[in-house]
Amino acid sequence: MDERNNNVENDVLVDDQNVEKADLHVEGIVEDNSPKGNKVAKPKKKKAIARKDMTMAQWTWHEMKRNKVAYLMILPFMLVFILFTVFPVGLSLVLSFTNFNMLSFSWDMFIGIDNYLRLFFEDDIFLLACKNTLVFAMITGPVSYILSFLVAWFINELPPRVRAVVTLVFYAPSISGAVYTIWGVLFSNDSYGWVNGTLMDLGFIDSPILWFYDENYAMPLCIVVALWMSLGTAFLSFIAGLQTIDKSLFEAAAVDGIKNRWQELWYITLPMMRPQLMFGAVMAITSSFGFGGVVTALCGFPSVNYSCHTIMHCLDDYGNQRWEVGYASAIAFVLFLIMIGANTLVNKMLSKVGQ
Amino acid sequence: MQKMRVRNHQVVLNRSVGGDAGIFFFLAIMGAFMFLPMIYVVVQSFKPLDELWMFPPKFIVMKPTPKNYVDLFTLLSDSWVPFSRYIFNTVLITAAGTFGNLVLSSLAAYAVSKIPFPGRKGVFWIIQRSLMFTSTVTAIANFMTLTRLGLMDNPLALIIPAWGSTMGLYLMKQFMDSSISDAVLESARLDGCSEFRTFWTIAMPMVKPAWLTLIIYSFQGLWNTGASAYIYSEQWKTLNYAITQITAGGIARAGASAAGSVLMMIVPILVFVISQSNIIETMASSGMKD
Repeated sequence: MDERNNNVENDVLVDDQNVEKADLHVEGIVEDNSPKGNKVAKPKKKKAIARKDMTMAQWTWHEMKRNKVAYLMILPFMLVFILFTVFPVGLSLVLSFTNFNMLSFSWDMFIGIDNYLRLFFEDDIFLLACKNTLVFAMITGPVSYILSFLVAWFINELPPRVRAVVTLVFYAPSISGAVYTIWGVLFSNDSYGWVNGTLMDLGFIDSPILWFYDENYAMPLCIVVALWMSLGTAFLSFIAGLQTIDKSLFEAAAVDGIKNRWQELWYITLPMMRPQLMFGAVMAITSSFGFGGVVTALCGFPSVNYSCHTIMHCLDDYGNQRWEVGYASAIAFVLFLIMIGANTLVNKMLSKVGQ
Repeated sequence: MQKMRVRNHQVVLNRSVGGDAGIFFFLAIMGAFMFLPMIYVVVQSFKPLDELWMFPPKFIVMKPTPKNYVDLFTLLSDSWVPFSRYIFNTVLITAAGTFGNLVLSSLAAYAVSKIPFPGRKGVFWIIQRSLMFTSTVTAIANFMTLTRLGLMDNPLALIIPAWGSTMGLYLMKQFMDSSISDAVLESARLDGCSEFRTFWTIAMPMVKPAWLTLIIYSFQGLWNTGASAYIYSEQWKTLNYAITQITAGGIARAGASAAGSVLMMIVPILVFVISQSNIIETMASSGMKD
């Protein structure tokens, strides 16, 4: 635990200790014939003094040269990342202030924040989609997050073979591609669907319920399907994280007076899992706010009376159907900001874990 | 002192019997919820036509038949591009995309996590934010970029962007932060080990569970690649696309559709089963060394 805290501090301030470390490793790589072993203490002191004589810019340059291998390491990834993520995102931010349209391909219409005004004051469907997205995310996000963690934590103590099978059972729905369409078959809107057929056979209903095409049922059913598919990457990450926790910590805790599994969870497991918890939060947020394809497949597009219309559907509508790219970019940015806001909130909450 | 509970010849700390039973119950219910729909797909794919459309519907199949699979393959082999070509395309895209993503993002993750170069916090900040940007909007700009690069209608248009998937980097970086101690790397550097060798021989073996998670994640996304705006010739279309086309045929193809779903889901599940057993091996061997 302490080790990680130290790491974080090291990241924030370049304190003397860190400087010494950096010096040491240059000693190792660059000057091959330099004295090694217990003699390293001397040069390290000299350089730590030198740091105070330098301006910030000089120091940064010095550090950049010292760690130039790091830039080489991130270069290939950054090239691809900038070309296919940063540049498009920047471009769409610019486009969100224009009425750029793929069909007419005209650029010149800089319209300021008109797109954003139109979104919030004129577009009723967008506002409805915002409401739906929030309801959806508020339920599926936290529930799937907690569910992923609980299941991962519960199965962590099973014998390895049993754990492997149980992991597969829980993880399979999220990797199986379009298998979720089976929910459309189970809840099909005719009497051949399993749920309707069974209910009618038992005499609970007289005529088939439209399920995914009924305003009252569509949203709750989509939430169920979303939860069914939600034990995904975060779940795996939790499992892997739980397995890397040092078992002796639990023994030490038992000696120190931890009495049950819930105290163990709060004081040891959760704080040790913080990196995975943060990752899981990002996953839960992106999947619950970005949920759309499944709704389209099950409820059609647009869903009945827009009952399941989410921000993703608005985006798809303007971006891929009407080709109003400027307006679609504005929608994407609003969604992006909502996600970042949610993530900041979750990270604040996670920082309180174990205290 | 109270009596210790023993499970598999080991002392169990802080675990009550009631809690264990409750957890078992919870897992059983959740497991049924997760598993039954999956089973139902498989069951549907073996149902003859009259059982698919019978009332009341049954959860089980009474006269299992492979006819749906035969139908699926007949339909697939009728298309003018051979079926094997779709499989080849999907395998190529999946393998090349996953491999590139693993190499590029673990290299970058190591640098961001373990080398204190100026700007690394900025790099990580951007990557973290980018996880939340929906791909729908980047698609439009990417269309222009790929056209400019001359990669249109080329599988590279699907492979190269996958290399820059930030999920893998984020995951690796988080894992390296928590599971590689700086002291180990420091001693390697003192011994004159280059940064690249430290990365490859020391850091990478320590984060095996993270790779596997990354591989599974990347694989699953690429395997399910369907119709794409970047690819328009039939000979570069993917398997998912081919199956979707065939199963879009409505009621008469309900059985073939279920068979297609089963085919598409078997591969990611198999890959997961294989790599998961690797995770367990990794964990077991790491336990022996301590």
